[in-house]
Amino acid sequence: MGKFSRLGNDLYSGRRSIDFVGRKWLWYAMSGVIIVLAVAGLYLKGLNMGIEFTGGAQYRVSLDSSQVTQDNADELRNAVAGTGINGAASPVVTTSGSNAILVQTEPLGSAESQKVVDTIVQTTGVDPDKAISQDEIGASWGQEVAKRSVTGLAVFLVLVVLFIWAYFRQWKMSVAAIVALAHDVLITVGVYALSGFEVTPATVTGVLTILGFSLYDTVVVFDKVRENTKGLRERRTTYAAQANLAVNQTLVRSINTSVVALIPVGAILYVSVVQLGASSLKDLALALFVGMAAGAYSSIFIATPLLVQLKSGESDVQAAEKRAAARAREADRYASVPAFTEDMPIQTEPGAEVRDPGDETGGAPVSDTPSSRRAPEAAGRGRVAPSPRGPVRPSGASGRQQPSRQSRSKRGKK
Amino acid sequence: MARKTARPGRTVVVFFLGLAIAYGLVALGGTWKPELGLDLQGGTRITLTAQGSPSAENLDEARGIIDERVNGTGVTEAEVTTQGGNLIVVEIPGKTRSDLVDTVKRQAQLRFRTVACTEGPSGVTGSCASAATTPTAPSQPSAPSTSKPSGTSSKGSKNRAPFLMADKKSDKKSKPSSSASASESPSASTSASPTPSDSGDPAQSALAFIDSPDQAAVDAFNAYSCPSNKIVDDNPDQPLVTCGTGDDAGTKYLLSPAAIEGTDLDSASAGIPSGQVQWQVDLTLGGDGKQVFADLSRAMAGSEKQFAVVLDGRVISAPTFDGVIPNGSAQISGNFDEASANSLATSLKYGALPLAFEKGGTSVETVGPSLAGDQLSAGITAGIIGLLLVMIYCLLYYRGLGVVVVASLIVAGAVTYAMVLLLSKGAGFTLSLPGIAGLIVAVGITADSFIVYFERIRDEMREGRSMRVAVEAGWKRARNTCLAADTVSLLAAVVLYIFAAGVVKGFAFALGLSTLIDLAIFFWFTHPMVSWLARFKFFNRGHKLSGLDAENLGIDRISVGGRA
Repeated sequence: MGKFSRLGNDLYSGRRSIDFVGRKWLWYAMSGVIIVLAVAGLYLKGLNMGIEFTGGAQYRVSLDSSQVTQDNADELRNAVAGTGINGAASPVVTTSGSNAILVQTEPLGSAESQKVVDTIVQTTGVDPDKAISQDEIGASWGQEVAKRSVTGLAVFLVLVVLFIWAYFRQWKMSVAAIVALAHDVLITVGVYALSGFEVTPATVTGVLTILGFSLYDTVVVFDKVRENTKGLRERRTTYAAQANLAVNQTLVRSINTSVVALIPVGAILYVSVVQLGASSLKDLALALFVGMAAGAYSSIFIATPLLVQLKSGESDVQAAEKRAAARAREADRYASVPAFTEDMPIQTEPGAEVRDPGDETGGAPVSDTPSSRRAPEAAGRGRVAPSPRGPVRPSGASGRQQPSRQSRSKRGKK
Repeated sequence: MARKTARPGRTVVVFFLGLAIAYGLVALGGTWKPELGLDLQGGTRITLTAQGSPSAENLDEARGIIDERVNGTGVTEAEVTTQGGNLIVVEIPGKTRSDLVDTVKRQAQLRFRTVACTEGPSGVTGSCASAATTPTAPSQPSAPSTSKPSGTSSKGSKNRAPFLMADKKSDKKSKPSSSASASESPSASTSASPTPSDSGDPAQSALAFIDSPDQAAVDAFNAYSCPSNKIVDDNPDQPLVTCGTGDDAGTKYLLSPAAIEGTDLDSASAGIPSGQVQWQVDLTLGGDGKQVFADLSRAMAGSEKQFAVVLDGRVISAPTFDGVIPNGSAQISGNFDEASANSLATSLKYGALPLAFEKGGTSVETVGPSLAGDQLSAGITAGIIGLLLVMIYCLLYYRGLGVVVVASLIVAGAVTYAMVLLLSKGAGFTLSLPGIAGLIVAVGITADSFIVYFERIRDEMREGRSMRVAVEAGWKRARNTCLAADTVSLLAAVVLYIFAAGVVKGFAFALGLSTLIDLAIFFWFTHPMVSWLARFKFFNRGHKLSGLDAENLGIDRISVGGRA
C-alpha cells in the first residue's frame, strides 16, 4: 500500500499526472465503440422483458397436500428452467394453498407450452388433463406504472440539472453530468441486452441505483474541479490543467470508492451466477456491477474532458490559455544559453556563428542563440501578444479603511 | 475552543443514545427479524372475481387502484395482477393478511345524498310519513316559497323555503352579500315549477328532494324492506332506496340523487378526534363538492334533516349538520375500530373501482416463496463476504483510520437494521431479495463519504498541516462535497417516491433511507470519532500504523511551513 500512497501524493502534488483531459479523443473513441456495441446489442437482441412486464402463462398443478412442499416447487422450477425455452428460462414457481403449485412463464407458443406441460408431468407425475390447468396472467407492471415512473424520472432529471447548475453556478457542468449519465445507462442497458438476462422490476431498481451513483460520483469529481479552477483569472494556470489536476487528485478516491462499492456487488454477482441458477439476484447484480463501473469511469474520462471542452469557448478560459502559451514562450528565455565550461569558445557577439570544426569534443551545446528562436516581442504590428500574467487584482488590504488617530485636541476629553 | 474540544465525545454519546432508543423501540415491538418479501417468504393470495365481463381497460384500472390500496406507501411490495378475463390476483407478503380482503375488494363508490325518509325500529321519519298516509301530498305543485317565512324546519315544507331561510340565517351571521336577493328572485320563479330537481345546482335539488320526494321514489321506499341482501344499483342520477350497515342494517332510507360524488374527495384519513374515543374517517372534499357541501350544511344546520354517506349503495352513516362547514371537511363516524377506519380511509383515498366483485368469487390462500430457499442465505453470505473484503481493504489502505471505517460501517449496519425493523412494524416494510442486495450496496456507497473525508485529511496533511488541523480543515471541505452529492441522491429518492408507483416507490424509499443514514453516520459518528482520535499521540504524531505517517502519506518529511 505504500507505493499506492506514494502515487497518491505524486498525483496530488502534480508531480505525476495522467493526462485525462488532453487525451479526450481516445476516451471518447473507447466509449463510442462500447456504446455502439451496446446500442447494436439493444437493437439486434432487444431486451428480454420479464413476466412482470409482459404478462404470461400460468400452469396450475393440482397435487396432494403432501406433495406441495417448497422442495418440490424448487425442483419444478429447475426442471422448467432446464427446458431451454427462452420464455421459460426464469419461471416463477410458488406453492399455492395446500394443494397446488403454480408455474408462471412468459407467453409461450403452443409447442413450447406443450413442452412445459410435459416437463411438469415428468417431474411431478400428475395426469396432464385433470391436474394441470392453464391460464393467462396479466402484467403487474402495467403501462400505468411505467408511465408514472418515466414521469418521475423526467422530473428528477430536470431537478438534477437545476440543482447542479445552482450548486456549481455552471450549466455546462449539468450538461456534462447528464451526458455522462446517459453514457452509463446506455452501456448498462446494452450489456443487459447482450447478456440476455430477463428484465425484471429488480433490474429497473438496479438501473435507478446507477442513475444515482453516476450523478453522485460526477458531483464529487466536479466539486474538486470547481475548487481547483476557482479564481482562474488571477492564477498562472489554465482551466484544462486545473481540471486535469483535479481528476488526478481525486483519482485515489475514485479508485477506492469503486473498489469498495464494487466488491460487495461483485461478490453477489459471483455467488448468484456460479452457485444459483435462475435468480433475480443475478440480473440486479449484473446491472449494478456494469453500471457502477461505468459510472466511476465516466465521471473521470467522459464528464471532465467534456466539461473542459465545453468551457474552452469561454473568454476567461481562453485568456488563461493564451497567457499560458505566452508564459511557455517566455519561460524558454534562458533555456538554450550554453552553460559555461572551461574550454568554451569565446564569442564576441551573440549572433555571430563561430564554430571550430576541430573542437568537437568541447561538449558545450552550441546552438542558436535564444533571441533568434524567440518570436519578436510586441513589435507593434500584427497580433498583440497576450500578457503572460493575469490582471492584478487589488489585494484585500487595499480597500480597507486605514486606522486614523486624530490629534488630542480633537479627540475630546473623557 | 474549549467548547469545541468537548464536542466530539458528546456528539457520539448522543448518537449512541439515539441508536439505543431506536433499539428500545424495536424491543417494544418485539420482533427481531424483519418481515421478508413475497419472493423470500411467500404471503397471502387473494383472488377476486369481477361481476359480469368487464372490459380490459376497466380490469386494468381496477388492478391499478387495488395496487395503490395495498401498496399505498410503496414499501409493502405487494403484487397485483389480472388473470384471465375477469380475475384480479393480489399477493401480499405475510401469511396472515386476510384482514386486507375488505380493503381490497371494496368498490369504494362514495356518494353523499340527502335523506328524505328513514324507516327504522323507531318508526318512520321524514316527509314519507305524511306521504305514506296522504299519498297525494308530495305530488302537489309547490306553493310559492314566500308562504313560509317563519323559518321553522317543519316536515313537508315546500320547495324553496328551507333554502331561503338558510340564506337569511347566514346573512345574519356574517355575509350581507347579494346572495339573498339573488336567490330570492329565482326561487320565486322556479317555485312554481312542480319538479324540484330541474335546477342545475345539486345542493338545491338535493334539498328540495328532502321535502318533496317524487311519488315513484316513495312507492319504491314503501315496497322495500330491510335488512336486505340484494345488490343495490347505485345510480347517481336517481333517488335511492337502501338500507344501513352494521347495527343500522334494519333501517330503510329514501335518498335523493347524489349531491356530491366520491370523485370530489381530496383526501381521506382515519383518526380519533380530540376528546373522543371513537374512531372516525375524516374526509376532505374539493372541487364542486366543497361548495355543494357548504350549501347543504348551511341549509340543513340546526335542523333534524339528515344527509347520508353512501358507500357502495349502503348508508354507512347518516348524520345531521351541527353547523355550517365551508371548507369541505366531513367526518364519517359510526361503529369503527382502528382497523376498519383505516381500511375504509385507504379504500376511499385511492378512488372507486370501476367494477364490482362477485360475492362468492373471492378466495384467500397462502402462497409459498417464489425463490428457492438457498437464495436468501447465498445472497446474505455473498454480501457478508463482500463487506468483509471491503473492511480488509480499508484496514490495509487506511490502517488506523481504517478502524474508523470499519466501526462506521458496523454502526451503519446497526442503524439500517433498526430502521428496517421499525419500518416493517410501523409501515409494513418488507425485505425482498433485491431489497437486501440494495442495502448491501448502499452500505458500500456509504463508505464513499468516509473515503472522501480521509482523502481530504491526507491532502491537507500533504499541504503540510498537522493532523489536528487537517481533520477540521478536511472536514469542512469533505462536508460540502458529501452534502452536494447526497442531495442528488435525496432528490432522486423524493421525486421518485412522489411520482412513481410499485417497486420504484419501494426503491426510492430505500434509497432515501440509506442516504439519510449515510449523512447521520457521517456527521454524528465518523467526524466526531476522527476528531477524538486526533487527540491521541498515536495519530497526531504519525505512528506507523495510524495510516497518517509520512511514509504512508507518500511524503518524505512533513516540512514546517512549506509544501512537501
